[in-house]
Amino acid sequence: MSHLSRFEKSGATTEPRWVKYTLVALSLSFFGFFLLLPLISVFVEALKKGWDVYLSAVTEPDAVSAIKLTLIAAVIAVPLNLIFGVAAAWAITKFDFKGKHLLITLIDLPFSVSPVIAGLIYVLVFGAQGWLGPWLDSENIKIIFAIPGIVLATIFVTFPFVARELIPLMEAQGREEEEAATVLGASGWQTFFKVTLPNIKWGLLYGVILCNARAMGEFGAVSVVSGHIRGYTNTIPLHVEILYNEYNFAASFAVASILALLALLTLAVKTYVEWRLRSETHAEPLIEGQP
Amino acid sequence: MATLSKNKIFPGFNLSLGYTLVYLSLIVLIPISAVAFKAGSSGFDHFWDVVSAPRVVASYQLSFGLSLIAGFINAIFGLMLAWVLVRYNFLGKKFIDALVDLPFALPTAVTGIALTALYSKNGWIGQYLEPLGIKVAFTPLGILIALIFIGLPFVVRTVQPILEDLETELEEASASLGANRWQTFHLVILPILLPALLTGFALAFARAVGEYGSVIFIAGNIPLVSEITPLMIITRLEQYDYSGATAIAVVMLVISLILLFAINALQAWTAKRTGRSR
Repeated sequence: MSHLSRFEKSGATTEPRWVKYTLVALSLSFFGFFLLLPLISVFVEALKKGWDVYLSAVTEPDAVSAIKLTLIAAVIAVPLNLIFGVAAAWAITKFDFKGKHLLITLIDLPFSVSPVIAGLIYVLVFGAQGWLGPWLDSENIKIIFAIPGIVLATIFVTFPFVARELIPLMEAQGREEEEAATVLGASGWQTFFKVTLPNIKWGLLYGVILCNARAMGEFGAVSVVSGHIRGYTNTIPLHVEILYNEYNFAASFAVASILALLALLTLAVKTYVEWRLRSETHAEPLIEGQP
Repeated sequence: MATLSKNKIFPGFNLSLGYTLVYLSLIVLIPISAVAFKAGSSGFDHFWDVVSAPRVVASYQLSFGLSLIAGFINAIFGLMLAWVLVRYNFLGKKFIDALVDLPFALPTAVTGIALTALYSKNGWIGQYLEPLGIKVAFTPLGILIALIFIGLPFVVRTVQPILEDLETELEEASASLGANRWQTFHLVILPILLPALLTGFALAFARAVGEYGSVIFIAGNIPLVSEITPLMIITRLEQYDYSGATAIAVVMLVISLILLFAINALQAWTAKRTGRSR
């Protein structure tokens, strides 16, 4: 909070009280109306018909199979994107090569593509009319309207999370420590696990958490490739949609509340990690200054 | 030569870059190029027929118009929220700071049904708006609210770090030269924040244009009135009209690419203006 006291000590950097209170009041109302109220309403609507309805909604077989599928998709997508993120960040921050900026832009591409298009591209490659469609059909492999398609779409929409968190962090940390380790005879893997990894662990965790939240909550992309087969290709968000469209609101919000809890957990861990990252970056110069 | 020898210090260049390029190509580049091939294979006349159909044109107007308005509203309130979070102390500030990222963490389908419930006729907010003749759910206004929700953190999180790094000396100098607080804000502080503010606006806009999950429940999806462009792709897909879906996707992809490069340029400008790296 050092920046705060810095601004509050002098009249030259503070506003009149009425300005301050008006701004705080306006911001809080905006925040309350647009962010807080929707969040609270999820839980209220979920429990509107009591605990029994809530519990039966989240434990019925279709809900359980949706939860399982969501976990499967996340368990595959997150580690794959984690490995990719580390590899990409290592290549981009530890070496100089042509086209680096283009590469960074391309890594960000999945964030600027509509989720609907993210689903569509896999339909065009693996679908019945797609590039590999006839071949997959003859081999009896199903990707679209089946679990592999859902996993692929999840990988696509969560693709940049870890890389985009690690690249600025490792860029800021520089190469000196790894250079020292290499000069002292450490192998590449030793350098990575003993020098780089401890330095980036909080940033890595941060990326993984955001990646996981998106993987479990993705709707648009997964909806396109899922085919909505109840009990088979429905993830939690798709199950929420089905229940909602059947006017089964209490059950829909009950299942949605699992995702809302996951979001709150994500934010809590994220806030903790941010705090760790901040305290470590502030401590850094002290450690570096020591002989 | 210098870079060449420098690259030899560390091991793993070929492995890490090779893996990055292969994975990027398999997951992102090759599938996206399928859109271009598919669009190319059905001919320009068909492409033009699809992308200039009245329903599709109406959806562009709706998606882009509302995304622009949502971006502007978020730029104003996002800047205000960032300012309040950086400059003032008040009860619950840390809680709010953490919860600003809620739209990033909350799955879009959950946002969609929650907003619809809030703003529908019997909802907590809708029941007060209905007697005033204001309809939000199942109208473009509802879409706007969903787009504001998902875009807010982009502005707050791009402006906030720049505000935190601001030197007090600038404002003190401005005050000592006789400027009042408002003059200092719009003549000294705002120009420094402008690149970050524009970046946040562009990020929120780009996200809003492609948004699907949080909008689809509250939109009502009435042809020519409240159909967003991503929905037009879905509608074609549901009819197994893959070339039609692809044609609309091409339009959206081109716009996304332009936005992506614009955002990168804006971020480079922010870095140059403030000396921060990204």
